[in-house]
Amino acid sequence: MFNRTPIAPLEYTRKLWMRSWVGLTMLFLYAPLILLMIFSFNDSKRNVVWKGFTLKYYEKALHNDSLVEALVNSLTIAALATIVSLVIGALAAVALWRFRFPFKGLVEGTMSLPIIVPEICLGVAFLIFFAKVDWPTDLPWPLNLSAITIAHITFCFPFVAMVVRARLASFNKEEEEAAKDLGASEWQAFRDVLLPHIRPALVAGALLAFTLSLDDFVITFFTSGPDTITFPVKVYSMVRFSVTPEVNAASTILILLTVILTFIALKLQGVKGIAETH
Amino acid sequence: MSGALQDWKSQKKPFAAVVTAPVFWLALFFVAPMAIVWLYSFGQNAGPADIEISGTLDNYKRATEWLYVSIFLKSFAVATLTTLLCLIIGFPVAMAITFAAPKWRPWLLLGIMLPFWTNLLIRTYALMALMGTNGYMNKGLGELWEGASWLRTLVGMQPLDAWTPVQLLYNNFAVVLGLVYVHLPFMVLPLYSALDRLDKSLIEASLDLGAGHFKTFMQIVVPLAAPGIVAGVMITLIPALGAYLTPDLMGGTDSQMIANVIERQFKRANDWPFGAALSFLLIYAMFILIAFQSMRANKVKAA
Repeated sequence: MFNRTPIAPLEYTRKLWMRSWVGLTMLFLYAPLILLMIFSFNDSKRNVVWKGFTLKYYEKALHNDSLVEALVNSLTIAALATIVSLVIGALAAVALWRFRFPFKGLVEGTMSLPIIVPEICLGVAFLIFFAKVDWPTDLPWPLNLSAITIAHITFCFPFVAMVVRARLASFNKEEEEAAKDLGASEWQAFRDVLLPHIRPALVAGALLAFTLSLDDFVITFFTSGPDTITFPVKVYSMVRFSVTPEVNAASTILILLTVILTFIALKLQGVKGIAETH
Repeated sequence: MSGALQDWKSQKKPFAAVVTAPVFWLALFFVAPMAIVWLYSFGQNAGPADIEISGTLDNYKRATEWLYVSIFLKSFAVATLTTLLCLIIGFPVAMAITFAAPKWRPWLLLGIMLPFWTNLLIRTYALMALMGTNGYMNKGLGELWEGASWLRTLVGMQPLDAWTPVQLLYNNFAVVLGLVYVHLPFMVLPLYSALDRLDKSLIEASLDLGAGHFKTFMQIVVPLAAPGIVAGVMITLIPALGAYLTPDLMGGTDSQMIANVIERQFKRANDWPFGAALSFLLIYAMFILIAFQSMRANKVKAA
């Protein structure tokens, strides 16, 4: 870092003002999160003065049944939505990549709409839709999460399709033809040739879908009933009506979960691989 | 790329196997709900839980009242300002990542992406905690104030009055800051991917031929990175325009954006047809933005 070789014209990153700019931006992005995490261990109700280390807010958060239930709901929804989005998204990607069919442009355009349409509009649409079809709300767990899960699948699977389709572009169709010439059935060729090729995209798509689902507040806010609270909706009502240090503790747990997921993704794909999926 | 597209007729079974589920899902759980909203926007409340689709245009007429037009304009202004700030803050960061040593680049990228993956609500909440009257921003400002007060006593002037915490939250400033905080990674990533593809020898050539850094930046880097800039602007502007959470939590009574007005029609005012009309107006606004972008992209391609 401190070598004395002169700065080459393109080494912008070694210029002081550039470094401070990046440093300040990172500070802006991370300071609120890091302070939140540090003060979740603070033994004081008023957040700003350090009064000593405590785990009592974690204890409180973990004994707050509705908060834990919300977290379990969120993770369940995210897992279910990820699995279904992965299947539908991959199928959609293969269909668009492989076939010429009538109204293809229409299907393709419609599929990109859930990505573009503002969250609030999608949320409103699901609110009206589930009210109109009288979607049952008193089902036992986990079926009571079905409305939210359906909504999440709708906005997650186009992202999966996008990632998978980008990966399919590099697939050599001759490999599949060779497999078929050697006697593989359509299904065998799909399972043994195409699927291994798109595996990295499936991993990336799954992580993307999982985070999108776990992150969603607006659409869930409109589709959740009184008994189907998810973690973001619960945190929202806690922030809205009574800010307690419990929220700090619960948030820290979720931030750590995100970091762990990101590092799993890193292990699987390398930093570059993740950068490319965005 | 190898091999042409297959015609669906030649392979009906595999085609049906892959196309059925996605199309079915889209039709049932996306097109149908959107269609119902669209129909509702031409309806009126006929009873406590009954909406009659009468083909009326009253909801759209009501949306042209100055109150709602001004909220639309204000949302646009806030979203544009947010996008501009993200661009100004994000461009040097994207440049720095592009020209960073290969060893550092992935970590800088990860540094931008990690907040992008962190829950939006938690990020907003963290920023609110920082900006609250007991938060660190107020503490820092308070210390500056006391420092200034102490300096005044040094030169023999009266000390300043005691510091009273200022309200940083619940106003338009907080909304813009919150939106910039949330959307900054959206801007940096497309900028980086455009700059990364840029032929660096062009910049070197420009510098060798005597253009200064600023001139090179304006005449070489910016035009070549234009697709990334447009992508970044769209990817920031569109969600910022429809933002609900940030103005709701960080804004005051006068910082409502269009999404908050829509939410109110559904959760409190219980005027679903009017809310449906506002939703569709917001969607049309997005379409116009996207149409502008693709028209511009086509022009660039043609030129």
